[in-house]
Amino acid sequence: MRETHPCKLVVMIAEAAIEDSLARDVMRLGAHGYTVADVRGQGSHGVRRALWGADRSIRMEVLCDELTSNAIVDHVEKHYFDHYAMIAYVSDVGVLRPGKFQHKD
Amino acid sequence: MDAIPLFFLLGFVARLARSDLKIPGQLYEALSIYLLLAIGLKGGMELARQDALALIPQALSVMALGAIIPLIAFPVLHKLGKLDRFNAAAIAGHYGSVSVVTYAVAADYLIARSTEFEAYLPLFLVLLEMPGIAVGILLARMGGDFRSVRWGALGHEIFLGKSMVLLGGGLLIGWVAGPTGLAPLEPFFFDLFKGVLCLFLLEMGLVAASQAPALRTSGVFLAVFAIVMPIFSATLGSVLGMMIGLSAGGTLLLATLAASASYIAAPAAMRIAVPEANPGLSITAALVITFPFNILIGIPLYDRIIGLLFGS
Repeated sequence: MRETHPCKLVVMIAEAAIEDSLARDVMRLGAHGYTVADVRGQGSHGVRRALWGADRSIRMEVLCDELTSNAIVDHVEKHYFDHYAMIAYVSDVGVLRPGKFQHKD
Repeated sequence: MDAIPLFFLLGFVARLARSDLKIPGQLYEALSIYLLLAIGLKGGMELARQDALALIPQALSVMALGAIIPLIAFPVLHKLGKLDRFNAAAIAGHYGSVSVVTYAVAADYLIARSTEFEAYLPLFLVLLEMPGIAVGILLARMGGDFRSVRWGALGHEIFLGKSMVLLGGGLLIGWVAGPTGLAPLEPFFFDLFKGVLCLFLLEMGLVAASQAPALRTSGVFLAVFAIVMPIFSATLGSVLGMMIGLSAGGTLLLATLAASASYIAAPAAMRIAVPEANPGLSITAALVITFPFNILIGIPLYDRIIGLLFGS
């Protein structure tokens, strides 16, 4: 099996209204990049079908080192969890080219 | 009975009956872009025939109307409805702003009855979009922390949001190009308009029905408010329309604009500026109750009221 390097995968599923500010935040907190997809589903805020503007949700994925991952999770917990439909989770993954995901100063 | 509101009912019933009918999100976006641009262009084209400076007093009074409506709605929601400051202010802001599709249905209502109206009224649509939202935000933040508002993001959302760019941009293009310049675009933007509006209403029916279960938790007060407030605002709009010298048709459009509640621009702006407010409440009121009420019952009702006011 191909050798990979340990890395954190931060996944945030949130209402699309905060996509832009979330993207700015993760870049400012040291991430090298992110991937966003439109998603739909159901949670404590009810069913979100992505039928129209206010009903849209996104999933943002960020591959980064632990330092950045902690910074992102702390930030979203403080600024978004109270008032927005949002969940976040972190998992350990293996990546190629680990230099791409180290904390950016 | 006009055919156009029936498309809304079709979508609504289809969703309630759990039909698999679904309009893709991308098509919804495309339809709304088309409608906003077409309405802007039409208004701009008529604006080119007018002395724009002469419209300034009318425009200012219409903007004042947009600011007054949430100032009236807020204490009703806060004191009478016992909603907290954030929710009361956010809902008030939605009712101060306007619904473009409600306007389009009212314009079609007039055209179907061969009633004349000032065709530059989309200008008022653009002007009414913003003041209500701004007053709603100020009400939410009054006596509290203004620093927590992300003004940059909010200004961007209000002035560069999709609906402002397309409506305002269409208005400008129509104004600059004038009727001659727009003639080649007529088959696409004007002739197809009604068909696209029908598709959009079908989608709105699906969306409104999918939000309908929230009615169970939003309370009776909000449901009553979502019907009484538009009637009150429409009366205000009717009186203003008469005062600024609009025709009976133009007055009906202004009354409908006053009665309508935003469900595109306002929800997006409020999520950024007043995150404490529960978006479910304002969307349920604006989209599930006020929007259908206006297009099915409100517009003919306001027409009656204005008929009495104009003595015809």
